[in-house]
Amino acid sequence: MASGKIEKVAGPLIVASGLTGAKMFEVARVSEEELIGEIIELHGDLAYIQVYEDTSGLGPGAAVTTTGKSLSIELGPGLLESIYDGIQRPLDTIYRESGHYISRGVSAPGLDRDREWEFKASPELQEGMEIGRGEILGTVQETELIEHRVMVPADLEKGTLRKVPSDGKYRVEDTIASIETEDGVQDVMMFHRWPVRTPRPIVRKIIPSSPLVTGQRVIDTFFPISKGGTATVPGPFGAGKTVVQHQLAKWSDADIIVYVGCGERGNEMTDVLQEFPELVDPATGQPLMKRTVLIANTSNMPVAAREASVYTGITIAEYFRDMGYSVAVLADSTSRWAEAMREMSGRLEEMPGEEGYPAYLPSRIAGFYERAGKGVCLGSDERRGSLSVIGAVSPPGGDLSDPVVQATLKVVKVFWALEDQLAFERHFPAIGWLTSYSLYHDTLREYFLDEVEDGWEEARTTAIELLQKEADLKELVRLVGVDSLSDNDRLILETSKAIREDFLHQSAFDPDDEYTRLSKQYLMLRTILDLHRLCSEAIEKGVELEKLLQLEVKQSIARMRHIGEDNLDEFEKIAEQMKSEINSHLSSAPGDELAGILDREVEKPEKKKDKKKSGKKRQEKPVKKDKEKGKPAEKKKQQKKKEKKPEDKNKE
Amino acid sequence: MVTEYNTITEIAGPLIMMDQVENASYEELVEVELPSGEKRRGKVLEVNRDKVLVQLFEGTHDVDVDKTRVRFLDKGLELSVSPDILGRVFNGLGVPIDDGPRIIPEKKVNINGSPINPYARIYPQEFIQTGISAIDGLNTLVRGQKLPIFSGFGLPHSELAAQIARQATVPGAESAFAIVFAAMGITFEEANYFISDFQETGAMERVVLFINLANDPTVERISTPRAALTAAEYLAFERGMHVLVIMTDMTNYCEALREVSVARKEIPGRRGYPGYLYTDLATLYERAGLLKGDKEGEVREGSITQIPVLSMPDDDKTHPIPDLTGYITEGQIILDRNLQHKGIYPPINVLPSLSRLRDKGIGEGRTREDHSEVANQLFSSYARSKEVEELAVVLGEAALTETDKAFMAFGEEFERNFVGQAMDENRSIEDTLTSGWELLGKIPRTEIKRIKDEYIEKYLPGAESSAEKGAEEKKEKAGPEKEKSAEGKKKKETRDRDGESVGGGDKKTVEDGGDQG
Repeated sequence: MASGKIEKVAGPLIVASGLTGAKMFEVARVSEEELIGEIIELHGDLAYIQVYEDTSGLGPGAAVTTTGKSLSIELGPGLLESIYDGIQRPLDTIYRESGHYISRGVSAPGLDRDREWEFKASPELQEGMEIGRGEILGTVQETELIEHRVMVPADLEKGTLRKVPSDGKYRVEDTIASIETEDGVQDVMMFHRWPVRTPRPIVRKIIPSSPLVTGQRVIDTFFPISKGGTATVPGPFGAGKTVVQHQLAKWSDADIIVYVGCGERGNEMTDVLQEFPELVDPATGQPLMKRTVLIANTSNMPVAAREASVYTGITIAEYFRDMGYSVAVLADSTSRWAEAMREMSGRLEEMPGEEGYPAYLPSRIAGFYERAGKGVCLGSDERRGSLSVIGAVSPPGGDLSDPVVQATLKVVKVFWALEDQLAFERHFPAIGWLTSYSLYHDTLREYFLDEVEDGWEEARTTAIELLQKEADLKELVRLVGVDSLSDNDRLILETSKAIREDFLHQSAFDPDDEYTRLSKQYLMLRTILDLHRLCSEAIEKGVELEKLLQLEVKQSIARMRHIGEDNLDEFEKIAEQMKSEINSHLSSAPGDELAGILDREVEKPEKKKDKKKSGKKRQEKPVKKDKEKGKPAEKKKQQKKKEKKPEDKNKE
Repeated sequence: MVTEYNTITEIAGPLIMMDQVENASYEELVEVELPSGEKRRGKVLEVNRDKVLVQLFEGTHDVDVDKTRVRFLDKGLELSVSPDILGRVFNGLGVPIDDGPRIIPEKKVNINGSPINPYARIYPQEFIQTGISAIDGLNTLVRGQKLPIFSGFGLPHSELAAQIARQATVPGAESAFAIVFAAMGITFEEANYFISDFQETGAMERVVLFINLANDPTVERISTPRAALTAAEYLAFERGMHVLVIMTDMTNYCEALREVSVARKEIPGRRGYPGYLYTDLATLYERAGLLKGDKEGEVREGSITQIPVLSMPDDDKTHPIPDLTGYITEGQIILDRNLQHKGIYPPINVLPSLSRLRDKGIGEGRTREDHSEVANQLFSSYARSKEVEELAVVLGEAALTETDKAFMAFGEEFERNFVGQAMDENRSIEDTLTSGWELLGKIPRTEIKRIKDEYIEKYLPGAESSAEKGAEEKKEKAGPEKEKSAEGKKKKETRDRDGESVGGGDKKTVEDGGDQG
């Protein structure tokens, strides 16, 4: 630890001299206010420090001291339900202690020092046994939803357990165990620190094979992401990036959500803060906030802390993954993170790469997304955890050739392209079906076949084919008019419209529609495709297209979204209606052989319903408190639902 | 201790470079005394050992290297605030420029402000009725929102902003309210349009003006919005007023920023604007909002709602200024030249316009239960009508189907009667929704896909007998009441005053009161 003094101040960058022995990425304290900074460049005696707080009023001569540590955060019980800034200062504590504005030099520890936790020691531990990093020492019920597993810190060498943990009430700083290693006896507390820029180790990565079920039809059915996968949502402003991120934070079936608001609007974070405590997880009846950690470094907060915020978020996520949970990190928006890098790079007077971004942008982005994945965690029980990362990108003018988008697409496996044209039509989520892609179809195929329905894959490919054809046909219509199309082509236009409006379009603000279970998603799409098949057969039999366009069943299809999850028999009724209406037209047309075909080909929905109960249970929809009261039946079901627990390894 | 220096070594654009300066600090305010005795102000942009880079707000004209003296004041640029600022006119640095008396400051506040802790915010949900259908109905403004107007040269953004300032009310809630107006680089005529509008409507004593005209010093534009927002924060959060801040024209502000950046020889971002433009704009726009009280669970009286106006160079929405603004603000109102040519006022193109806070600010208990779905249906129907229009251009109207024709008629009527209104027309939200339903009556019912059946039956003209409709309305009136009591005092107030005049006490009043709940 050395001390020196400021030589130069330029925005968030200061240059200090006299810091002998300073290391790269070491944390330094600046001026009497002890502002936090990080060394990002060294030139002989001069250290370039990015400061995580406002630097106005600083001048040459002020003191700077190094701390010997890298930028680290505290990991232990108390993370959940917190809202932190980019360097893990708890914003609620800051509000209580220093008011509405974030003034300079405020500091508060990331974890509450005074709170006592009820600790239950792992029974199998014995004094003198060999114990390695990642071993679970005991558990703390951190919130009603999540059991926090206190692990041997990942930076501790293998050693012998000297002090065996015992049940009782502890604060985070209390020693619960001690381990003798080659370096002597080490005390283990309930929490430890971890440098944010270093990925936490795991034994090995494995290929993710189950989907992160989000309840969003366009995502789950068309472009699914797996647990442990990576996805990106680029789009111009107003296309609904944040709404997509919020929906995923609310409804996706990860055990833990880490939401990083990086350089975005303050009110959006407030929205999450107000809404999440009201949304209820059906398994336990507890607010969703109890599985959520929020990192908020809004656009008006210091730019350097914005750069750190994504690392803080992913480190917390890795910590929960190490416990064996499935975790999802939602970063909104990674463009602001990249811009923060650009700003610092500019102040360092580095040679700029594309669009002024530093040349190391792609490698930083790749390094960030590569921290996602599914893996075998440290510890002898070989538990498995997964970490999914979904990053929003805000390219200027929605231009996908933006360096941040390009660098991101290189590493992520799922691309949800938001299109502003769709947003103008208020088609939400505005995820374009022709440009988006998911590379997880192959690894997830088995899951969908086993857990949902045999026809899942086929339905999806058929639907996408139809939409592709629609795009081609629309070109044609633009040139020659709709009348010149064949009946079959017009039917394709009609069906594609139904897929778009009745299936892909999903309202985030309608309680009936905001979440759709996989089984219902399948039935919805299946129904639309069934109608298409029947209609095209009817056309072959000579039924006039006009009549088919006027079918009343279309109104039922348009209202499919309102069918309750516990009322899926409705789909059977729609199928019946479809059959009888088309049959009535057929009887007046020549060749009325279709009735028999219909019976065979429209599957009975009830059969699907009974199949694979286990799969459906996992996708129970969280409901709002008041709504829940009204539905006792649903509540009973919820109680039976699986408890939140680490991903079952047998499942793999 | 204030030391005086005459060690200027270099003058370039709005910047001066000095050396042998001791104890200068970043962002410090400086006072520059010219040989003529004239005093100007500036701030420190960079300190490097004893070298200091200073930016002068009022320009470097007549500054010389030898005789000009510079004092470092050991504080940032501050604004004197007190309740007396209402009704007064200031320049971009916050110095009064009308002939009024000196402001006796209650306190002095650094104009840069501090970032609001997101945890200390309250999510804006209170509907503001602007009386303009395209805004109220489709892109609803709520209290505490920042909703910019994206305009172009020759479009009536000033008229629109003035109309919003004139008509904006929270139905039923009469509360202390003020307007802060920041003019950056606009012409005298434009500024005068606002001032005379405020005077005519008698609003002047509730207005604070910060004026930097086109011929005023460019760099002063950088401090103008900051001074204005500091005044707004004082009025809102210390005096409990609901403040509407109009900032025009943000494009000029950004250009001033670029001028300084270029003079500093910084590496430029897109179109020569500095790489930190996003961060800089965010420090302005994020100063809007509502705050919690001093304790958890309380609400602090007062709010800041921002309406920045910016002209898009060449009507290009992807230009860095509108682009970055759109990423920070909670939506945007976009004015469109084609609509202007059609003679429609306000020429709001509703399709790319957006209010992000709409969905939580409307609906039952705020505006009306059907609001959100009607709005979505109008949006998608209008989008469809535009598609049809394109089709008609290529193929001719004869090639259109009946449904397409219906949509086309819908689109025209929508532009003329829904978007279009008179400059002094103040429509209640009830009127706006009714006119929306009338329009929806023009398209086939099977095409109304975004609205629940029960609303269609209840509101669509001709869908149900009027007697039943009346009964429904009564029921609805009772509904929100229950909810209200749980939702706290503030809204109850809104409710209690619902009976009061909304659109100026005409015959609509009773009906409005019933449905606004």
